[in-house]
Amino acid sequence: MSRLYRDQGVVLRTIKLGEADRIVSFMTQGNGKVRAVAKGVRRPGSRFGARLEPTTHVVFQCYRGRELDVVTQVETIDANRQLRDTYAALTHAISMLEAVDQVAQERERNVGLYRMLVGALKTLATQPSPMVSAAFFWKLLSLEGFHPALDACARCGAREPFVAFDLDDGGVLCEPCGRHGGRRITPEALDVVGRVVGGGLNGVLSSPPPPPLLHEIERLAIAALEHQSERRLKSAALL
Amino acid sequence: MAIFEGPVQALIDELGRLPGVGPKSAQRIAFYLLKVAPEDANRLATAISEAKARVTWCRRCYNLAEGELCTFCRDDRRDPSLLCVVQEAPDIVAVERTHEFHGRYHVLQGAISPIEGIGPEQLRVKELLRRVEEEGVKEVILATNPNIEGETTAMYVARALKPLGVRITRIASGLPVGGDLEYADEVTLSRALEGRREVDA
Repeated sequence: MSRLYRDQGVVLRTIKLGEADRIVSFMTQGNGKVRAVAKGVRRPGSRFGARLEPTTHVVFQCYRGRELDVVTQVETIDANRQLRDTYAALTHAISMLEAVDQVAQERERNVGLYRMLVGALKTLATQPSPMVSAAFFWKLLSLEGFHPALDACARCGAREPFVAFDLDDGGVLCEPCGRHGGRRITPEALDVVGRVVGGGLNGVLSSPPPPPLLHEIERLAIAALEHQSERRLKSAALL
Repeated sequence: MAIFEGPVQALIDELGRLPGVGPKSAQRIAFYLLKVAPEDANRLATAISEAKARVTWCRRCYNLAEGELCTFCRDDRRDPSLLCVVQEAPDIVAVERTHEFHGRYHVLQGAISPIEGIGPEQLRVKELLRRVEEEGVKEVILATNPNIEGETTAMYVARALKPLGVRITRIASGLPVGGDLEYADEVTLSRALEGRREVDA
């Protein structure tokens, strides 16, 4: 069997290696997360160095190695250049890439996650709203099995009104339960989160909530993501 | 596993902590140093301790300096109204080799890297803003690397400098001289097209 293979993927992150090489992490369509060495890509004359920058969507060919593969060819599908035009779009894109890097498993095919990332980057490039990354985090959690309980209190099953969101219980808390724990949350934020995870994403994106509400939704999403992956989302500090 | 005794193992361990030096190379260098004449080995030891004792960061631009100011900041012939912002001190060497730039420098000592959690507050951005205000700078050239970290940094610095009303420019991206257009990647080529200029014939 040939040790060469081709796949499509989004560049998640790059780490410097030696003099002029980089280790590149891809979220691929067919192989899950893949880490590969790209040789000589830090030199100005490199044939594919510019294609291996984070956020780029590429078709690549790799030689399968024992621990790390070696990149032999790269072609661009979409460089997502608009993402690099503003600081806000770029930091949001990078936080999505970091979240995927934490959640995705190496060599475990996850087409849903791959498609969601490609779609989210494209949306962010054409419609640079902070709601994109916030919605992406909620969708990501839902895809990974953490679907928040928003219809009934996660502790006692009581109905509305809800006042808090508890990460350990995985959902909203009613007034009596919310007195002992959970993070405060406004009914408006809960409504938006409910629409995002419940299939109303397009509606939310076309009329994004005002900045304070957006901030609340984003912070809660990041807290939930960090709670589930048990790792800190470093790029969140720059959002 | 420590195979050698005392000072030999200590030397191997210390050399092994250098960037790009693995245990095997560390052992090879250690044995080379033990074999050479004592004055050769001492010269290396003195060079390291001298450099550590005498070299500091330039008070003004954060380049490497012997004393308070670096050679570029001490040189009065350099144009103080032109400021080139670079990520690291070795980048100055690359710009200097062009013999095209006669202004001063500012070293940020890194780049914004969201994924590694390096934010603008860890860089010398505040110091840059102060310099631009105090030193009568007219143009700031952003010469950070053309990769994602460098671009993020350039955008952040440009945004921070904007209220000060100075001219802010970014170094161009394009095809390497001596290269073939056929092999150019589309990202670089599209930037080269964007930054095209009229030819004086």
